[in-house]
Amino acid sequence: MREVDVSEITRVVKQLCVDANIHLDRDVVEKIEEFAEKEDSPVGKEILGQILANARMASEEQMPMCQDTGIAVVLIELGQDVHVSGGDLNKAINEGVRQGYRDGFLRKSLVDDPVFDRRNTQDNTPAVIHIEIVSGDSVKITLAPKGAGSENMSEIRMMKPADGIEGIKDFVVQRVSRSGGMPCPPIIVGVGIGGDFEQCAYLSKKALLRPLTVKNPDTRLSALEEELLLRINRLGIGPLGLGGRTTALAVQILTMPCHIASMPVAVNLQCHAQRHKTATI
Amino acid sequence: MTKEVLLRTPLNEYENAKLEAGLKVLLSGKIYTARDAAHKRLVQLIKEGKSLPFDPRGQVIYYVGPTPEKPGGIIGSAGPTTSGRMDPYTPTLLDAGVKGTIGKGQRSREVIDAIIRNRAVYFAATGGAAVLIAKSIKSSKLIAYDDLGPEAIRELVIENFPCIVAIDSRGRNLYEEGVRKYQIP
Repeated sequence: MREVDVSEITRVVKQLCVDANIHLDRDVVEKIEEFAEKEDSPVGKEILGQILANARMASEEQMPMCQDTGIAVVLIELGQDVHVSGGDLNKAINEGVRQGYRDGFLRKSLVDDPVFDRRNTQDNTPAVIHIEIVSGDSVKITLAPKGAGSENMSEIRMMKPADGIEGIKDFVVQRVSRSGGMPCPPIIVGVGIGGDFEQCAYLSKKALLRPLTVKNPDTRLSALEEELLLRINRLGIGPLGLGGRTTALAVQILTMPCHIASMPVAVNLQCHAQRHKTATI
Repeated sequence: MTKEVLLRTPLNEYENAKLEAGLKVLLSGKIYTARDAAHKRLVQLIKEGKSLPFDPRGQVIYYVGPTPEKPGGIIGSAGPTTSGRMDPYTPTLLDAGVKGTIGKGQRSREVIDAIIRNRAVYFAATGGAAVLIAKSIKSSKLIAYDDLGPEAIRELVIENFPCIVAIDSRGRNLYEEGVRKYQIP
């Protein structure tokens, strides 16, 4: 049994909050550059240029790339041979978020009560925490801050098995089409298929964690992703919805087995500020 | 970009009439920040016949909730937020004299009608280009609703703030025209 002190988890979460919000990953930058080359719309090209310049400036100035520094989504893969000691794991994660958002000058964007009071919690906690127990003796922490612009455009639908693959395609493309410029295109489209209601939504978010340089290992899903990307980029929505060829940079699908009578499909949209950083303790 | 114009606030109907959808604008002068919570209060004041924290005539409202500034800094990252959330309030503010709004995303039919009625303009700023935009902000002064935190009203002085005319004073809408132009059936 390996001992990991909660203070170490707080320290890592804090650092990841800051890093994720400031530095846009190389794979995203390169994908935007690739699409900017091909963009036919002058307005679209201008916007993609601004997004790339912004990413450079954010790193240089150590400033968050977007003012919506998001709700902190924390995904933990906790090795079953790890004993977390010295305090409460959930508290330690939230303390890391609190310190990261305070010391990193990130925006505090959470309200305490969703319906009645809607008072800002002032420290961006609580985080959304997903903990999976895995084999081994390490703790893998992924921080994926999520802004509301793109998250608000997400949707889950409990489809019928008879809706089939065409039903899935139409749902995904329509979801992007109806979102227009709202989710800050160019977007990355996370799709979860299978599982049950809540598992499917989680899959669609996890699908976004795959680097843009990595193909889906399942060749049928990979082909489906390519087809959906082509259809989405024919919509004409373009950068920030002002018209153009670049609406999405990628479609990424994750699936799971599901009930014989179900076919849940979830679409989680991600803006071009695709932020996630991972560290392993 | 082919066309780019320099524009200074406050705006007027005459100048606005020259701004066509799709035009890139570098905006300078004073602008005011406000999001949903501040809009709700502004509209309430107008309904009660009270004066606003700033004279709305000819002014431009920027939909933004910036990150906190670092010590010694003017403002944090400051890109636009989704304009649609302000739609229920915008016609009242345009009717009160506001001549321009800056944000991201489509506007409602009611807002477009109010833009035409008042010869106003809706500018789109690049969502997510928050550091690039912050560079054009030369000063920031909190003028109302401190209790709203990032949603408080600030008076900003900007210089060459990059934006695009998304809906012009005749109601031409780049969110529709642009998409139609590049759509492949």
